[in-house]
Amino acid sequence: MLRYLVYRVASIVPVLLGVSIVVFLMMKLVPGDPAEAILGPAASTEKIEMLRRSLGLDRPFHVQYFRWLWKVLQGDFGMSIAVNVPVATLVWPKFWNTILLTLGSLVICVLVGLGVGVVSGTRQYSWFDRISMSLTLVVANTPAFWLGLILMVVFALRLGWFPATGMYSMRAAEPTVSDLLHHMVLPAVTTAAVSAAIIARLVRSSFLDVIRKHYITALRAKGLSERDIVLRHGMKNAMPPIINIVGLQVGYLMGGALFTEVVFSWPGIGLQIYSSIVARDLPVVQAAVLVTTFVFVLVNLGTDVVVAALDPRIRRA
Amino acid sequence: MSVVNVPLKDGTRAVSRAALDSAAEARMFRRPSEWRIFWEAFSRDRLALAAALVIALVCLAAVLAPLLSPYDPTVGDNDLRLAPIGTPGHLLGLDGQGRDILSRLLWGGQVSLAIALLPVTVASVISVVLGLVAGFFGGKVDMIIMRTLDVFFAFPAVLLAVAIAGVLGPGMLNVMLSITIVLIPYISRVAYMATVTVKSELFVDQARVSGARPRQILLHHILPNTLSPVIVYGSTLVGIMIVLGAGLSFLGLGITPPRPDWGIMCSDGRNFLSVAPHVSAVPGIVLILVAMSFNIVGDGLRDALDPKLRK
Repeated sequence: MLRYLVYRVASIVPVLLGVSIVVFLMMKLVPGDPAEAILGPAASTEKIEMLRRSLGLDRPFHVQYFRWLWKVLQGDFGMSIAVNVPVATLVWPKFWNTILLTLGSLVICVLVGLGVGVVSGTRQYSWFDRISMSLTLVVANTPAFWLGLILMVVFALRLGWFPATGMYSMRAAEPTVSDLLHHMVLPAVTTAAVSAAIIARLVRSSFLDVIRKHYITALRAKGLSERDIVLRHGMKNAMPPIINIVGLQVGYLMGGALFTEVVFSWPGIGLQIYSSIVARDLPVVQAAVLVTTFVFVLVNLGTDVVVAALDPRIRRA
Repeated sequence: MSVVNVPLKDGTRAVSRAALDSAAEARMFRRPSEWRIFWEAFSRDRLALAAALVIALVCLAAVLAPLLSPYDPTVGDNDLRLAPIGTPGHLLGLDGQGRDILSRLLWGGQVSLAIALLPVTVASVISVVLGLVAGFFGGKVDMIIMRTLDVFFAFPAVLLAVAIAGVLGPGMLNVMLSITIVLIPYISRVAYMATVTVKSELFVDQARVSGARPRQILLHHILPNTLSPVIVYGSTLVGIMIVLGAGLSFLGLGITPPRPDWGIMCSDGRNFLSVAPHVSAVPGIVLILVAMSFNIVGDGLRDALDPKLRK
């Protein structure tokens, strides 16, 4: 296990370096000169040249990259072009809001996905199974931004059960947890929907695989209750692929949250990326993409380690 | 229809009895074409057949939009702004600028389908080449190609697509480019896995022993076996990419207005949600229907192309 852990942790170093190179190059591919873009069309050639030098844009590519990487490793993502504050102070608070939203939707999609999947998997071809599997097929193909709009129409505008936008009530004197949760319901459900459907379908097929194994028949022959068989013995073997897909879904949730955040004006990193793209504030986009991808890589690492801990066949391979 | 029961159209009486028998026998036991095997397996799956029909109809409707669409999709009728579904002359109602929603759906289909179909096709071709080369030659080539793709694999896909499209600026071509880049690592992994699996099969050794050159083995023995997983995966991806492409348009990164596409149409309705939800709802339902159809066809193809899954 320790060998696997060391190997797996070491293997993310080149990936993260590669990610940083891609993110760095992405910003270099932007059409136009950044110094000209910052100063505007009226700036003189000398001024542009001065800014280019102070930004280090006259240096060779690899020098620029290593200087940038060195700063990033110290938490310095440069200055925002649009609002003239350090990118880090702009991105970090937004980042935590996205983590909150992601966690909320993760809870929903694991609970719903597991629940629906286990019941469907243990009662194949029952009415519940048929209906839930048709429903998950539809939901799995639903665009998050569209689902968000529909939920907003029904539950915020028509029924008025939940607020339509934002994270806290404007009028509230102090942010409270209950207010936050109230605001989070619709965005979290929207973000979770597709993943919940995918997880439910996978849990079902994973259970169908396990439930046909001989050891389950043996347990039935021994006279164990169906509940014990499913929840204690079936779950154990069905779990590794499920955890695997849940880990992958975390990345999907963080990406999908972008659409939800735009629809529900949730002040997270997705909304920040969106408004920074509109404002052509590329250092912010750069930092936001880098930070989110970094977390995604760590989550995948964590998932792999958990799966390996649960399934000895994987860590020996 | 059973595979053996291939109809005979031999009516010649002059042939001797024995010759007829052996010819008939040969025909009876002749192996049916790959297409026939595939079609018989696929058409048995009613759901997949229906989904394929939906896709064919939607594609046809989009291509024939100039003929079918009753109104100009970019010109509105101000008197009928936000008219509901079922307004006489406007089957699906009108949007916030008084434009006919049905016409916009038809024209928008061209963009929304192209935004998914072209990148999946281009990415599949590139990925098959990358996967084949990496899987077949192994060693350093394998390492360079697959480790590079791992880097792109590390990004959350939606985020990477939004970032690339956003950095390049709005436009249909930029959206297609970003989707292609996002897809390549995913499809390449499938092609790579298929290549590595097939490479160690006995029939490849047999070909090598019989003196086949590497190029022949690669093109005649390994390539055909990597195609079917890539086709299956690709058809499922088209559905997902229709949704992603629409999402990018929704954010304003895709095609520039007033030309329609399904994502922009959803976004157009945002300001009228409480008074006229149909403006956003209708294109969304079409999106779900088409994306779901590609998904179902993908499942059907998987069952029909894999001999082990055929019933």
